[in-house]
Amino acid sequence: MSVGMNVGMEVKNLQMHFGGIVVADDINLTLKPGDRKALIGPNGAGKTTFANLLTGNLTPTGGSIHLDGQNIAHLRESQRVKAGVAKTFQITTLFKKMSVRENIRLPILERTGLGTKMFKKAEAYPEVEAEVEQMMTQFNLRAHADIEVHELAYGQQRLVELALTLALKPRILILDEPSAGVAASDSHMITDAIERLPKDLSVLIIEHDMKLVFKVANKIIVLVNGAILCEGTPAEIGKNQQVRDLYLGARHDT
Amino acid sequence: MQETQIKPAENLAQTAAPARSRKFLIKLLIDLALIGVGIAAYFIFPDNLGFITRILIMIILVLSLDLVLGYAGVATLGHAALFGAGAYGAGLFAVYFSADPLLGLLVGAIVGAIIAFISGLFLMRAHGLTLLMLTIAVAQILQEIINKERAITGGSDGLLGIDMDPIFGIYAFDFFGKTGYLYALTVLVIVFFALKILVASPFGAMAKGIHESAPRMRAIGTPVYWRLVGIYTISGFIAGIAGAVSAQVTELVSLEAFGFALSAEAMVMLILGGLGRLYGAIIGTVIFMVVHHTAASIDPFNWLFVIGTMVLIVVYFVPEGFMGLPVKLRRWLRWQK
Repeated sequence: MSVGMNVGMEVKNLQMHFGGIVVADDINLTLKPGDRKALIGPNGAGKTTFANLLTGNLTPTGGSIHLDGQNIAHLRESQRVKAGVAKTFQITTLFKKMSVRENIRLPILERTGLGTKMFKKAEAYPEVEAEVEQMMTQFNLRAHADIEVHELAYGQQRLVELALTLALKPRILILDEPSAGVAASDSHMITDAIERLPKDLSVLIIEHDMKLVFKVANKIIVLVNGAILCEGTPAEIGKNQQVRDLYLGARHDT
Repeated sequence: MQETQIKPAENLAQTAAPARSRKFLIKLLIDLALIGVGIAAYFIFPDNLGFITRILIMIILVLSLDLVLGYAGVATLGHAALFGAGAYGAGLFAVYFSADPLLGLLVGAIVGAIIAFISGLFLMRAHGLTLLMLTIAVAQILQEIINKERAITGGSDGLLGIDMDPIFGIYAFDFFGKTGYLYALTVLVIVFFALKILVASPFGAMAKGIHESAPRMRAIGTPVYWRLVGIYTISGFIAGIAGAVSAQVTELVSLEAFGFALSAEAMVMLILGGLGRLYGAIIGTVIFMVVHHTAASIDPFNWLFVIGTMVLIVVYFVPEGFMGLPVKLRRWLRWQK
């Protein structure tokens, strides 16, 4: 792989074990700009662990993670975010007692290096405020701008989380079960938001909701026991007998 | 009268601004009133200046604790370590180097900040109960070091022989504590407004963010640990100021400056007043110390009972502290209707 701009992420032979228990077994994966890949697999397959390895929440015991040609496997979580890897949590993790506006302001302040400024008000940076407004418009959150996020419906909290993650201007976005806990009637909001993500962003979606996966992903990776079972287009995965037996069986049996 | 001529569209855009400036004006008036109370106390209680000065110093300490506990959400029971560091820093500096109060104040603040930075490097990696125990341990270790070095520090007899020069070479510290009071009040006002600016800044917003969700802060790229060390260091600077003023005004420092009782009382005062609001630190400290003072003079043996009852009632009925009372009252009145 050549060193250069915007070639995406390349994971090679990623290994992780806790003592004798292998949770990531020689995982290889590429995420090119514009990719929409979904990671599926039964409970306990190591999906969230894999996401944590990518974001730096966990440090892999072997292998490499290259982002645009640079190995980021040894970087801490906050450094990887600055390198361009961002994620949303399986359970929404927001600043609950802050307003939507304040929630979205924090990542922008951090990204632009204003996070340690002490003498001006947090809301006194016009370029930051303009970006906050723009993110709120993009995610239909303007009406709730000054409402504390814990008062919002869960689906909307999901949107706030997506907005504040995108405010980091990541190049790699990892969505850990974006539709988990969202009411069925609101799940279209999540799907819409994912479909409207910037075109050149690489997205890895970890998801249980097959409807969402088949709708937004152009490649599906099946993870079983910490190892990749197979990778393919939604159509290929849907036809794969192994996958059907292991994972989709119950739902796709006729 | 000019507002009526503004076209509706412009009007809409500008309504937010006057509301904001009115809010700002009200806040400014409250602050000025508080300073007014501070100055009035000087004339109303000329015989109790020593006691009120102690309140002012305590407010500075509790404000510094509010930054750590109220804003960043880091529970510590060892804030006396930073107070004591400032007190001994300023005291020793006055005895051995220079008796200039402002220079001593700076030294006390810097010693407080250094101790906070060094201890913060390992404290900020810990959480919960471990953190509480470690913060207590730091204060105890410092207390023991000062105790052992009695040739320099006076040990358990306390540090004697502090004799401060006049402030700016003009205002001498007098026997009645008049200069001391105005000095402490001035320092408090400066600290308070500096903290107000700090907590409203991006740095302050980040502290609140860490309090709300450290995992989310890491996920937006914030080096949480280093930010906490930074916050703790600033808090140490301010707690050091409190200690330094205490040493200079009373011209005495004792091992109690590192005492667990001081740490615990500071925390109780903050919880009484309300966390994360700055004003809570003021109101909580004043109420605690006045009740303490009054109860102890009525019944020197059982005054703790009064304090204990008060804390119980507040924690049970108004967990947000006295600063939460107006909101509670308004809600209650609405419910009565």
